[in-house]
Amino acid sequence: MLYKGKAITYGDNVDTDVIIPARYLNIDDPEELAKHCMEDLDENFINKKTKGDIIVGGKNFGCGSSREHAPIVIKVSGISCVIASSFARIFYRNAINIGLPILECPEAIDDVDEGDILEVDIEQGAIQNITKNKRYKAQGFPPFIIEIIKKGGLMNYAAERAGSIE
Amino acid sequence: MGMTITQKIIAAHVGKSVVEPGELVLVEVDMALGNDITAPVAIKELKKIGAQKKVFDKGKIALVPDHFAPNKDICSANLCKVMREFAYENNIENYFEVGQMGIEHALLPEKGLVVPGDLVIGADSHTCTYGALGAFSTGVGSTDLAAAIITGQVWLKVPESIKIIYKGKLKRWVTGKDLILYTIGQIGVDGALYKAMEFSGEAVKALSIDERFTMANMAVEAGAKNGIMEIDKKTVEYVDKRAKKPYTIYNSDEDAAYTNVYEYDVKTIEPQVALPHLPENVVPVRDIENITIDQAVIGSCTNGRMKDLRDAAVVLKGNKVHPYTRLIIIPATQSIYLQALKEGLIEIFIEAGAVISTPTCGPCLGGHMGVLAKGERAIATTNRNFVGRMGHVESEVYLSNPSVAAASAVKGRIVHPEEVVVSAI
Ligand code: SF4
Repeated sequence: MLYKGKAITYGDNVDTDVIIPARYLNIDDPEELAKHCMEDLDENFINKKTKGDIIVGGKNFGCGSSREHAPIVIKVSGISCVIASSFARIFYRNAINIGLPILECPEAIDDVDEGDILEVDIEQGAIQNITKNKRYKAQGFPPFIIEIIKKGGLMNYAAERAGSIE
Repeated sequence: MGMTITQKIIAAHVGKSVVEPGELVLVEVDMALGNDITAPVAIKELKKIGAQKKVFDKGKIALVPDHFAPNKDICSANLCKVMREFAYENNIENYFEVGQMGIEHALLPEKGLVVPGDLVIGADSHTCTYGALGAFSTGVGSTDLAAAIITGQVWLKVPESIKIIYKGKLKRWVTGKDLILYTIGQIGVDGALYKAMEFSGEAVKALSIDERFTMANMAVEAGAKNGIMEIDKKTVEYVDKRAKKPYTIYNSDEDAAYTNVYEYDVKTIEPQVALPHLPENVVPVRDIENITIDQAVIGSCTNGRMKDLRDAAVVLKGNKVHPYTRLIIIPATQSIYLQALKEGLIEIFIEAGAVISTPTCGPCLGGHMGVLAKGERAIATTNRNFVGRMGHVESEVYLSNPSVAAASAVKGRIVHPEEVVVSAI
């Protein structure tokens, strides 16, 4: 799976409260929720993102609460993939479980600037910076994780394995 | 390179001979656990895809209404009902109705549902408790639980391990709770992030199984994925009395890799207290001066077992709870409650002026049975003292072992048990 888009960069410790502030958690509709994605960190996010863009974060991306809303709003915003030096444990699980592709790649984080055009191969863990003409190597995912992401999340994957899709 | 106990258990559940830290694997679970808060969310997910009757194995799912049960209000009654109906429709063998239940992490081992070598996931962060029996167990989200209920599988990243060796002999009044609080104070609330915390050394071997549960329970408070311990005679004795299935003993290889090894001499460790609002804010109880308390809570999945109640009884016997303080004691399961009754502990508690509650998480998460008002302060044998954890955002929770909590209830301020039990050895 290849994802291509421009980089939107943030720093370390982007927490789930800035990704989606708690005051919006009573909103049920993901599209509505996504209007507030990154609001407390970057008011401009909503206007500057275009479909397929790639968020590039630093260390401990997604730390804080276990709310699955956080990866959901990023996905619904049209972000194709998130790259960070490291992810908080529960965000990491939740992102994969809801079908948001993520990659850990400290090397890319130091190098990528906002607006760089990136191409990411999730299976290989390969990141290409087209703007800077550079390549970075991250760890790829085993086939079942790729399957979960391809199916759009863990529930779809599990349902199929349990033979429950009517 | 050898493997740690954690690696070995995961490998066995992937069907491989070796797994390496960092590897992502799909494992078969021996037990998937949910409670009255998290299971209803998972059941909703299952209903969305029409899989609410596709349970992978009705003997390998445990559902326990413990957080807000007996139902504290209409919302919690509805949640419990969702879980109950799901359990009945699917003939879930390990659904524990009020009257049978207890706090999930005390209940499952007691019922023999978790044994050494098992791989257990639970939609509750303190699922790590079962590491005390040499099982791999970890907390996951509700989506993970939903998927596990229908597939029997969960994906995991094999964690690196850190090893903590406790040497020497414990002082009087010092328990497993003090060792884990001390450790979190040393390494911090992210000191074991993503990792397995392996507890070892003669001082751990000397602990009762109840105290070992306490230690593994709080591994998550240091950010760990799981806490785990070697299996010894005491473990085998505990398990053989209860186990409902055969089990496998794994131990770490001598040349297994650890990212860090810490060694503590327990001789110098005093009873510890974690000050608000993080479990890492740990000080010896002797350093605390004149902190008055409105409430003391003895219970929870951390310290609501027999050893804990016995420790509290030693302090409370013949004493009275301070007139300005409420003492709430919550045996973690029905059989602990019954045993405490038989041993005369409940009588000691009531005579001292404590209230006894039926098993429930209750005040531990600010749910019910002892929620704090604005500005109130409590000492509790629970595991988290985050802002607002036990009630109002401007209330405070101090964490300690049961003897310290009981002694503090008697004095109305945080004290060393020695101040109450003068004649003890
Ligand atoms: S007793 Fe407290 S920490 Fe334990 S499961 Fe219940 S709410 Fe969670």
